[in-house]
Amino acid sequence: MKITGAQALLKCLEEQKVDTIFGFPGGAVIDLYDEILASDKLTHVLVRHEQAAVHAADAYARVTGDVGVALVTSGPGATNTVTGIASAYMDSIPIVVFTGQVPTGLIGNDAFQEVDIVGITRPCTKHNYLVKNVNDLVPTIREAFYIARSGRPGPVLIDLPKDVMASRIVFPEPQQVKMRTYRPTYEPHPGQIEKACRAILKARKPVIYAGGGVILSNANEELTQLARNADIPVTMTLMGLGGFPGTDPLSMGMLGMHGTYYANMAVANCDLLIAVGARFDDRVTGRVDAFAPHAKIIHIDIDPTSISKNVKVHIPIVADCKHALTAMNTWFARSEEFTAAAEKENHLAWLKQIAEWRAAHPLGYLEEPGVIKPQFVVQKLHELTKGDAIITTEVGQNQMWAAQFYHFNHPRAFMTSGGLGVMGYGFPAAIGAQMAAPDRIVIDIAGDGSIQMNIQEMATAMQYKLPVKIAILNNGYLGMVRQWQELFYDKKYSATPLDVAPDFVALARAYGAVGLRATKPSEVEPVIKEALATKNLVVMDFVIAREEGVYPMVPAGKATTEMLLV
Amino acid sequence: MKHTISVLLQNKPGVLSRVTGLFSGRGFNIESLSVAPTLETDVSCLTLVTAGDNNIVEQITKQLHKLIDVIKVTDISEFEFVEREMALIRVKAEPSTRAEILRICDIFRGRVVDVSAKSYALEVTGTCDKVQAMIDILRPIGIQEIVRTGTIAMTRASKKY
Repeated sequence: MKITGAQALLKCLEEQKVDTIFGFPGGAVIDLYDEILASDKLTHVLVRHEQAAVHAADAYARVTGDVGVALVTSGPGATNTVTGIASAYMDSIPIVVFTGQVPTGLIGNDAFQEVDIVGITRPCTKHNYLVKNVNDLVPTIREAFYIARSGRPGPVLIDLPKDVMASRIVFPEPQQVKMRTYRPTYEPHPGQIEKACRAILKARKPVIYAGGGVILSNANEELTQLARNADIPVTMTLMGLGGFPGTDPLSMGMLGMHGTYYANMAVANCDLLIAVGARFDDRVTGRVDAFAPHAKIIHIDIDPTSISKNVKVHIPIVADCKHALTAMNTWFARSEEFTAAAEKENHLAWLKQIAEWRAAHPLGYLEEPGVIKPQFVVQKLHELTKGDAIITTEVGQNQMWAAQFYHFNHPRAFMTSGGLGVMGYGFPAAIGAQMAAPDRIVIDIAGDGSIQMNIQEMATAMQYKLPVKIAILNNGYLGMVRQWQELFYDKKYSATPLDVAPDFVALARAYGAVGLRATKPSEVEPVIKEALATKNLVVMDFVIAREEGVYPMVPAGKATTEMLLV
Repeated sequence: MKHTISVLLQNKPGVLSRVTGLFSGRGFNIESLSVAPTLETDVSCLTLVTAGDNNIVEQITKQLHKLIDVIKVTDISEFEFVEREMALIRVKAEPSTRAEILRICDIFRGRVVDVSAKSYALEVTGTCDKVQAMIDILRPIGIQEIVRTGTIAMTRASKKY
């Protein structure tokens, strides 16, 4: 029996075990929407702007560990997804984005709502396709899901001309995807594992530097085992938070531009740096020649292009983090040279040194009577959710305070646009996360600037009864840029004051949500408690210290030891 | 340093643009580029000449390999190889210079492929340097038009890689 392209696509989604997609209809995908209405297996979440569909799919993927899916129409629908796709690409998040396209006969004709989205997204997708023949449709979709979730994950886009969706085919039998050109390396080279393990045995001042790859490959347990067994302190990138328990004594928190003093000092002074699923981003390294200058560097990454791209690596290991860490743990378990007690002894002085750095400059902030400090709000959120919430963030100061003060103990609980830094990511991401985990508490830690970039999604949250909590750290500024202007541009606050802003409490009510406001420290806890007890979308407007900065801070281009402290 | 990189890729729409987009997006140089089908009709061979230090060339080969449609990347300048480039050169040919042009053409083992009352069109094949040398020598006589191909290259036989 023949079915239409649109029906085949839905069958493919079922085959890929996709039960939730985020989208927005339009003329070019109307055939698909007709089928979606008839489907009882697929939940479609109607967003209010296509960018939000992609961010929601991104967070859905992060929470579930599987592929997130977005569906939009041609032209503007497609171009609106670009920011979301680029963000997922930078953060290596597996998503598949379906875009409508004008009928094949009109392609290249400057037709209504036509855009070359495959051309536009070529540099920000892992791969993309234009399906011109309905016979290619099913194999293409299968390949797309395979590419998105395998190797270093990433976004894949499939452009679907309207006539292809209406053409009929016999649905091909399920088949394992085999590709001639694409075979990611999962297993580490045993020789490199041995070299790495021997380097660890020799090290006296080792540091583990863990990135998003640990979370993507579900390697948090293996990492924790390695760190605790060999008594190695761990620092994490923004994307790696939760990959190692943040409250563990071996955790030094985040490193880099807004990392902790002790993490940055440890990296600058270590004799062995074990980079796991991290890519030596400029926000992490600061001035490259001063980054871990005395260290031998081991780098585990599934993507060979990440290795020795920014910093010269001595022991490269191209592999899936989980496989590589398992191999290292096994090597130590079998080795007669390794004992946990000896490692503890070896690293005693080093851990003492780190404890001294920590004592000298702990992560903290100055309290001011009567004024809400944003860090205090994040600490309270942590305390009142017992550290178990899923936190999403926008981008800027809110993101850094969330990263610094919500000590993530579990992976897949922190969603943030790390690489691209998208303001407007957090709220749609919270929607995607809540769809993926209906029983979890999901909080978007936002700024008053960035929340306005996708605030229309309040309607989406209301429509699907998603009890997302938004915590706006409201300082009336585009705070991070203001902080840079304060420090490096003589306090000339060009275009950063947000003097005109909505009344967020009233705005929440306008959407049928709950709005709460705290203007002094004593109101913070009651507001959070009330929000957590409310089974509805809640906007918490925390009026915070206007000119609070994020510290420590490494000025751009400086060595990470040149920190501005609280 | 100059590197000649050979890339086998699947002959699919947009694949060339993936390669050139990678170079422009990451700020790598392309000095020349040439693409044509191989014995397998769905596989093309792309030869490109680029310049950069070892780190850059390492990134270039890795990034090329990361493209989904790329089958194989070889930096053939790491091996013994032969390379060829072709040029068509139209030179002003007056009675006084005709003999000279033909002599130069002979020295470079070129051929005359088109003749008119006032010009010769010459074809020359060789390494990039040889083609350039011939152009330099013809220049004073008066070159009217030049069309050059990109470099194509092949490793020498019996060298394993």
